[in-house]
Amino acid sequence: MAIEVRIPTILRTYTGGEKAVEAKGDTLEGLIDDLDSRHAGIKGRLITEEGKLHRFVNVYVNDEDVRFLGSLETPLKDGDSVTVLPAVAGG
Amino acid sequence: MTLSLPRTMVDQVVAHARRDAPDECCGVISASGDAAARLFEMENAERSPTGFTFDSAEWLRVYRDIDDADEVPWVVYHSHTMTEAYPSRTDIRWSETAGFPYWLLVSTRSDEDEVHAYTITDGTVTEVPLQIS
Repeated sequence: MAIEVRIPTILRTYTGGEKAVEAKGDTLEGLIDDLDSRHAGIKGRLITEEGKLHRFVNVYVNDEDVRFLGSLETPLKDGDSVTVLPAVAGG
Repeated sequence: MTLSLPRTMVDQVVAHARRDAPDECCGVISASGDAAARLFEMENAERSPTGFTFDSAEWLRVYRDIDDADEVPWVVYHSHTMTEAYPSRTDIRWSETAGFPYWLLVSTRSDEDEVHAYTITDGTVTEVPLQIS
């Protein structure tokens, strides 16, 4: 089951400069584990040590922010697309 | 190093900041090569006088528009409505992951426009001369 993952410029150091890569997983969490097995270190930029989605990134499944879907438990199916973007905020 | 922006863009940033005051405004300037291309006024999802957050759905649309045009996110701008146009501690923390080469700050605390550009690298803020053409 291949799912396309679009990677933002700031994380392309982990994907050898690739804008989009393929990964597998039944849930977003599984997908990120699979992604990390091919692109070591990327998981640490997406998930905190406590195992939650980092607030410094936005992850979208089929253009919906996963914070409004099911966060890391969001189910995935063949043909879904996942997009990662840096979250942007300040004070 | 300087940041060159057309007068129309700087005026638009200031107008956006004045319009949204007392809340902070925010937005993006894309670049093609090393030149400013387009300005995107963003919604501040926090609607707050002390902070800003890009609306995640709007940011996806804007990012994709920029990427599809082979441009890059280049400048993130926002306003401070009660303090100086200098990056706050929160700005410095977010700069590490936001992925913008330049931070443009506007202050609307007085009638006089204050606009300053910075790079923020590993927590170090450096003012960059703003060249308005």
